[in-house]
Amino acid sequence: MKIRNIIITFVSALALLLSTSVTSFAKVVGDKIILGSAISLTGKYSSNGVHTQNGYNMAVDRINSMGGIKVGGKTYKFEIIYYDDESNPKRAAQLAERLISQDGVEYMLGPYSSGLTKAIAPVTEKYGVPMVEANGASRSLFTKGYKYLFAVLAPANLYLDVAIDLAVEKNGGKPVTVAMAFEQDAFSQDVRLGVLEAIERTGSKKVIDDKLPKELNDMAATLAKVKAVKPDVLVVSGHTKGALTAVRQIAEMKVDVPMLAMTHCDAAKLSKQHGKNSQYALCASQWHKTLTYKDNFFKDGMTYDADFSKEFGYAPPYQAAESSAALLVFKDAFERANSFDKVKVRDALAATDMQTFYGNIKFAKGGQNTDKPMVLFQVMCDGDKCENKVVAPTKWASAELIHPIPSWSKR
Amino acid sequence: MNKNIILYSALLIFGVLAPFMLPAFKVQLSILCILIVLALTWNIQGGEMGYNSFGNILFYGLGMYICASAQVGMFFPLAEWTESGGEKTFVHSPTQFFQGMAFGLLLAAIIPTIVAGLIGYAILGLRGHYFAICTLGLGVAAGEISGGIEIIGAGQGFTTPPFPNVGSLESRGQFFYFLSFIVLVLTFITVKSVYSTRFRLVLNAIRDNEDKAEAMGIQTMKYKIIGWMISAFFCGLAGGIMGGLVGYIDSTDVAFDGREMGVFMVLMAILGGKGTLWGPVIGATLFHLFKEGFWTYFLGWQYVALGVLIVVIVIYFPEGLMGWLREKYPERFGEVVDEADRKAQVELK
Amino acid sequence: MDLLIFKVPILMVQASLDGILLGILFALIAYGMALQWGVMNIINIAQGDLVILGGYITYFMYLSGIHPALGVIVAPAIMYFVGVGLYKLVINKVVDRDLFISILATFGISILFMQLMNFAFGADVVLANSEFGTTMLFNNSVTLPNSKLFSALISIIFAIGLVIYMKKSKLGRAIRATAQNARAAKILGVDTEKVYAATFGINAALCGVAGSLVAITFTIHPYMGLPYTIRSFMIVIIAGLGNLPGVAVSGMGLGVFEEFADYILGTEFRIGSVFLLLVLILVYRRFKLSKKREYLK
Repeated sequence: MKIRNIIITFVSALALLLSTSVTSFAKVVGDKIILGSAISLTGKYSSNGVHTQNGYNMAVDRINSMGGIKVGGKTYKFEIIYYDDESNPKRAAQLAERLISQDGVEYMLGPYSSGLTKAIAPVTEKYGVPMVEANGASRSLFTKGYKYLFAVLAPANLYLDVAIDLAVEKNGGKPVTVAMAFEQDAFSQDVRLGVLEAIERTGSKKVIDDKLPKELNDMAATLAKVKAVKPDVLVVSGHTKGALTAVRQIAEMKVDVPMLAMTHCDAAKLSKQHGKNSQYALCASQWHKTLTYKDNFFKDGMTYDADFSKEFGYAPPYQAAESSAALLVFKDAFERANSFDKVKVRDALAATDMQTFYGNIKFAKGGQNTDKPMVLFQVMCDGDKCENKVVAPTKWASAELIHPIPSWSKR
Repeated sequence: MNKNIILYSALLIFGVLAPFMLPAFKVQLSILCILIVLALTWNIQGGEMGYNSFGNILFYGLGMYICASAQVGMFFPLAEWTESGGEKTFVHSPTQFFQGMAFGLLLAAIIPTIVAGLIGYAILGLRGHYFAICTLGLGVAAGEISGGIEIIGAGQGFTTPPFPNVGSLESRGQFFYFLSFIVLVLTFITVKSVYSTRFRLVLNAIRDNEDKAEAMGIQTMKYKIIGWMISAFFCGLAGGIMGGLVGYIDSTDVAFDGREMGVFMVLMAILGGKGTLWGPVIGATLFHLFKEGFWTYFLGWQYVALGVLIVVIVIYFPEGLMGWLREKYPERFGEVVDEADRKAQVELK
Repeated sequence: MDLLIFKVPILMVQASLDGILLGILFALIAYGMALQWGVMNIINIAQGDLVILGGYITYFMYLSGIHPALGVIVAPAIMYFVGVGLYKLVINKVVDRDLFISILATFGISILFMQLMNFAFGADVVLANSEFGTTMLFNNSVTLPNSKLFSALISIIFAIGLVIYMKKSKLGRAIRATAQNARAAKILGVDTEKVYAATFGINAALCGVAGSLVAITFTIHPYMGLPYTIRSFMIVIIAGLGNLPGVAVSGMGLGVFEEFADYILGTEFRIGSVFLLLVLILVYRRFKLSKKREYLK
C-alpha cells in the first residue's frame, strides 16, 4: 500500500507544479524575436519533422551568427519555441492556439505535412499571425483565401504532373497509360489530383488508381495489378514509407514499367537503403543541391549540402532546405517591414521577391510560391554508387533521362 | 444535501466565469469539458455495466463527420467543398454558420443514438473481452472506411467551416467553450439523474452477474442498449463540437481516433475511479492537467511519461482515485465500518 | 469496385499465394499471442512493438554487415531476455487480474516502446535487404519474392519446433499444465512464476523471429506495431483459444481475404474490411451461441 501513497503524493505534487507554473513569452524579448512552431518529433511524421526542425535550427544559427536581424536600427536574434504535435492534426491545432494565446507568439513557422498545416492555418488566420511554412504543399491550402499563410514551396499538384508530360513527350506525343498508388493522406492525395489533371490534359488514361491505407507496408497487390496491365508510367507517393516499400517490392516482384515516378526519394535515403534496386526511379523534389541559386547566408546548394551534412551527419533532404529558406524569408520580411507589427510583417511577406540558395521566392495571392519550379531527378548508378541526378527541367539537367527503364531481365 | 448545493453552484459559477478568468486557456478548457463528457459516458458501460467498450469512439467520430457535413451540406454542395482541388471558395455567413451548427449538432446527437440502438442488439450480446475487442474492431473499421469515402474528404481530410467574423477575437473560443460546457452540464445532469434511479441498480446487477440478473426477470438486453444509446447521444454531441473546434477532420487521427481518444476515455475513467459519478470527472481533469504539463515541459518525452503513467495507473490504481479514497476513508462514503474488522483486514493484506 | 482480378485470372493465383505467405507470418505472431493468452490470460497490445523491436535487431545486424537472415537466430535470443525482463517488471503484476487490466497495461508498454524506439533508432523507415532474388512461376506472370518464401519457411520451422518443444520438454509440459489449471500445477510443484516468465519470453522470442522476417520482407518503423497486434488478435479469436492448427489456418485465411479485398473492394478499404470481418465473425458466433442460450467465453 505504501508504494501507492508515494505515487499519489508524487503525481499530485507534479500536477500542481506543472499546472501552476505558466510560462509566458512575448513576440520580442530583449534582443530576441520569438517564433513558434509545432513540429512532429514523435509519431508517423517524426523523421520528416526532424528534418524540418534541423532545417529551421540551421538557419537560425546561421542568421544569428551572421549579424542577426536589423529592425529599427537595432539588431535582433531569432529564437524558436517548439512543441511536439505528435503528427496529429488535432494536437497541432491546439498547439497553435496555445503558442498564440498563451505564449504570446506572433510569428509562426509551419509544421511538417499538409494535413497538419491544414489544421493550423485556420488558427493563425483567425489571430492574424503570419505563418511561413515550408512543408504544407496541399493545394487546398491556397484556395481558402488565407491572408497570413505563406508557403516557400510549390503546391503539391505540381510535383509529378511534369513526369506525365515527360512520359508523353518520350512516347512521341501520344497519350500514355498511367498506374497510380497514393497514400490516404492530404499531401499524397493532392499529388494525385495533379497527376489526374495531367492525365486529362494529355488525353492519357489511368488504368490503376489505388489508395494505400496509412498503416500499409505491403504493396504486393497493387504491384501485381501493375504487372498485369503493363502501364507506361507508375506513379507512387506515400511519404518515405511509400517510396521505400514501392522500390523494394518492385525489385522483388520484377515489375517492369518504362517509367517510375515517386516523391520523397531523398528523405527516404532511397539510393542508400536500396542501392542499385532504386536505379532509374524518377523523383519529384522541391530542391536539389546542384541548382544554381545563391544567397548571402548559405551561399549555394552545394555549400548548404556540405554544411548541413557536417552539422547533422546526413545529406539534407529538400524538406530541410525549404525549412531553412523559410527563416531567410522571415528575416527579409522583418527588415523590410522595419517593424514588429503583425500586419506590416504580413504585408512585407506578401511583397517578398528574393533569391535564396533554395530557389526564388515570390508569393502568389493564395500564399504559394510560384517563382520556383519543381525539379525531377533520377537515381542513377555507376557500379554500386548511386546518385540523384537532375533530369528536368532542362535548365539544370545534369544528365539525360533514361527512358524507358530497362527490364529486370536485362539489368 | 446543503453541502452539495454549495458545491454544485460553485462549480457552475466557476464554469461560467472560467473563460473570462482564464482567457488564454479557453481551448484547453473546452477540451477538458469534452474529455469529461467522454469519460462520464464511457463509465456508463465500463464502470457501471462492466462492459469495457473501446467502441464509444465510433459515436464520437460519427458525430464529428455528421455535424460538419450537415453544416456544410445545408448551404453548399458537400462534394465541392471537400474536393480539395476545388478552386471555389464557399463562405458561411454568420447566420448560416450558427444555423448549420445547430442543425448539425442535432443530427450528430440523433444519428449515433440510432446507430447505437441498431447495432446494440448484435454487439452487446458479446461479453467480457470479446465485447472489448469487437468494439475495438468497430472503431478501427469505421476510421479506415470513412478514410475511403470521397464525399467526406477521404484521405484529404475535411476542413470544417471557419468561424464567421462576428464579435471579437475571443468569440470563437467563447462560443465553443460554452457549447462544450453546456453539453458537459447536460451530460452530468443526465448521468446523475439516471444513476439515482433503478436503472443504475440494473446496470450494476448486469456487471456483477448478468445471468442471475436475467434469471431475476430483468430484460438485460434492453437496459444495455438504452445505456449505450445514452452514451452515443453525448459522444456524438462531443464529437460534433470537437470537429468545429479543431477545424480539420482526419478519419483516423481526429475523428475515429481510437488510439488516443478511444483509450484516453477509458484511462480517465479508471484513473478517477470507474463505477462512480465523480470519478470520471476527477480523472479527466487530472489526466488533462498532467498531459498538458508534460506536453510543455518534456518535449518529445511526453509519450514516455504517458506510457509509464498508464502502466502505473493500471497496476497500482485499478480502482482509481475514488476507489482509493473510499478504501481509505470509507466513512465519508457513507459506509459503516467495523474498526476491528478493518484492522484485521489491513493486517491480512 | 475494381474487377481486374476477374479479367486477369492469373492474379487470383498471385493474390492467393501472396495472402498465404503473408498469413503464415501473421500466424507466427498470433501463435505467440495465443500462447500467452492461454497460459497467462493476458492480451498483449505491445505484441506488435515487440515485433518491430525484433526487426530493428535484424536491421542493425544488416547495417554492420551480417546477413539479415541470421537475424532469425539472434533476434529471438535477445528478445527472449527482453520478454523475461518485461515480465519481471510489469507483466507479473497483471497476470492474475482482469483481462482488461492487461490490455491497458500493455497498451502503456506499447506507447513506451514506440517512443523509446523512436529515440534509440530514429523515426526513419528502414529495411534489411536480403538479396534473395525472386522465383517466377507460370511463365513469369506470378512472382514470388524469395524473401517471402524464406519468411514463410522460417515461420513454419519455428512453429513446428515450438509445438514439439511444448510436447516433449519439461518446461513445455509445465507450461501446458499451467495453462490447463494454474492452481493444480502449483500444487503439483510447478513453479508457475517461472513458467509465466518463460512463456512471456518465448512469446517475445517468436515476435523477434517475426520482426526479423518483417524487416527482411517489408519495412519497419517505430510506430508500425499496432496493425500486427490487431491482426494477431483477430487470428486467435477466429481460431479460438488453444487451437493451434486453427491459428495457422485462420492466419492464412486472413492473408488471402486481405489480398482479395484489396483487389475487389479497392486498396483503401483493405484494412477496414478486415476489421469489419472481425466484427461480423464475432456477431455471427454470438447469434449462433445465443440460440443455445450460451455466449462467447
